Amino acid sequence: MIEAVGLTKRYGAKTAVHNLSFQVRPGTVTGFLGPNGSGKSTTMRMILGLDAPTSGRATIGGRPFRQLPNAPRQVGALLDAKAVHGGRSARQHLLCLAQLSGIPARRVDEVLGVVGLQDVAKRRSKGFSLGMGQRLGIAAALLGDPQVLLFDEPVNGLDPEGILWVRNLMKQLAAEGRTVFVSSHLMSEMALTAEHLIVIGRGQLLADMSVKDFISANSADFARVRTPDGEPEQREKLTSTLGEAGGQVVAEKDGALRVTGLPLPRISDLAHEADVRLWELSPHQASLEEAYMQLTQGAVDYRSTIDQRAGLQEAPAGYGMPGGAPQGYAGQGYPPGMPGQGQPNPYAPQDPYAQQAPPAAAPGQGYPPPAQGQPYGAPHPYGQQPQAPAQTAPAPQPAPIEDAR
Amino acid sequence: MAEVPRVLRSEWTKIKSVRSTMWTLGTAVLVTIALGMLICTLVRVDFGSKSINQQITFDPTNVSFTGMTLGQLAMIVFGVLVVANEYSSGMIRTSLAAVPQRATFLFCKLLVATALVLVVGLVTSFAAFFAGQAVLGEHRAYLSDPGVLRAVIGGGLYMTLIALFSMAVASMLRSAMLSLGVLMPFFFLISSILGNVSATRKLGRYLPDQAGQKIMQVIAPVNDPVPYGPWGGLAIMMGWTAVALAGGFLVLKKRDA
Repeated sequence: MIEAVGLTKRYGAKTAVHNLSFQVRPGTVTGFLGPNGSGKSTTMRMILGLDAPTSGRATIGGRPFRQLPNAPRQVGALLDAKAVHGGRSARQHLLCLAQLSGIPARRVDEVLGVVGLQDVAKRRSKGFSLGMGQRLGIAAALLGDPQVLLFDEPVNGLDPEGILWVRNLMKQLAAEGRTVFVSSHLMSEMALTAEHLIVIGRGQLLADMSVKDFISANSADFARVRTPDGEPEQREKLTSTLGEAGGQVVAEKDGALRVTGLPLPRISDLAHEADVRLWELSPHQASLEEAYMQLTQGAVDYRSTIDQRAGLQEAPAGYGMPGGAPQGYAGQGYPPGMPGQGQPNPYAPQDPYAQQAPPAAAPGQGYPPPAQGQPYGAPHPYGQQPQAPAQTAPAPQPAPIEDAR
Repeated sequence: MAEVPRVLRSEWTKIKSVRSTMWTLGTAVLVTIALGMLICTLVRVDFGSKSINQQITFDPTNVSFTGMTLGQLAMIVFGVLVVANEYSSGMIRTSLAAVPQRATFLFCKLLVATALVLVVGLVTSFAAFFAGQAVLGEHRAYLSDPGVLRAVIGGGLYMTLIALFSMAVASMLRSAMLSLGVLMPFFFLISSILGNVSATRKLGRYLPDQAGQKIMQVIAPVNDPVPYGPWGGLAIMMGWTAVALAGGFLVLKKRDA
């Protein structure tokens, strides 16, 4: 078992980890999540006795790492896939680590087989890809057959097959009763691998709970309800009916309604009583990714800004979105052949279903076929709407969660 | 202490599994011997034109070690790389996660590297001596002459201490680039400048390389008021090394890896 009590690490004025307390229990995979720079690696280094905490302590099996007798037989760690002398072969690298802890050389060949590097064992690790480096690092962690394993971002750089392999390996190690502590900034990956989550942001504990609890605590389940597209009055009727019955109704961009606070059968009954036909009534659960974003949005250190491309806008004609960006996504609703004549910005929040669009114009059919009269060679829209790119560029939203709900 | 033999074995694997070991030590051996032979040839050709005084104080043993001024630079590179490679590759974190006893780790590492350098240094020293004397011909010295064996063994010890000093400096600075940037100009330029300018000569004598080189002299130059003998000089060099080692140890112990 890994335990952190009031773990704090300061570098000068910057606090990397602040008063972190948690336990990592054996028998489950515990995911350690946080955005970049949130202190995950620092915490792991402190657990391994590499960095000294400013205050607090981290113990493994009740003892500080540095006081563990023959630590490599009890604790295995992958901290950095690139932490290998490039001139040394994979086998020599593992061999010198094995010798450090008195592990026989045949174990080296075993773990090389486990991670699938036996064919390149004699090659110098300089030429290894990041994925191969990760496998080598995992091999090093497995060398001593330890009861406690720490992996810092083990799936970075792995191909899908490798990711699946790591996922299964982690689960298998945990199923054998070991303590498995895996850091990642990929929530979706942790959702599949971990049973328990420890989430930190800016060095502070945000959550310490099972994956299931994490989702339900950070996101409410909701129902998606859609009324016939051509009949907005039905939608309004249903909205007020559901509201009166105590549900919270939020209109989604595609015209559907997001309903919370009412069970699905009740929604159906209410719609029936109000004589509203439903095209869709489906249960939804916010994804783990959404819940994670929601939780850490205040604790992200590095945010991207919108690329204004100032001074870079004079793209040659024809460069840019085919058919003219301002029309592209919502073309169905408008008569063809009127580029740049004051139609509303199609990216602005609006509801294509509210228009008298044919049912075939489902979301996702953004680009109209040329036959519909949308001229591919239409006058370049940038020429008429100089500010158009800045307004219409799909802006990377720092917190997509706000969009999603 | 059970980990000591393990760490020693592991460090031996580390040293022999990288090519830089072969390259740096090989260069040190070759340069020292070859340059020594070249200088010996020049001296032999030139011997007749020297003054009587110079002929009397001619030290054939020391002349055959002239190549060491250049060969020691390769030793410095070896010493620096042995330690700094751990940091530049990030291997240090893996190593220290496996051996949390940092003192054990550092001193086992240095012990293995130093033992290797001692063997290479002694071989180089003897080879440089015999090759140089063979070239010098009639002006040569013999191993059985007084003080010569001490000087030849001393040559090996000198190279060893240079390498060990470099390892210690690298453990303090934790970067190959930085360590070489400090050590190379120091041993190649600053030390000889300080030692050749009369105002600073008294200071320069106490620098590690100048003090240590005293042990390779068999016949002291005239008017040489050096206040220490061959072993005294070596002791001064050892003192420098010990201080650097203490610094390196403290850095490893205190700082985050």
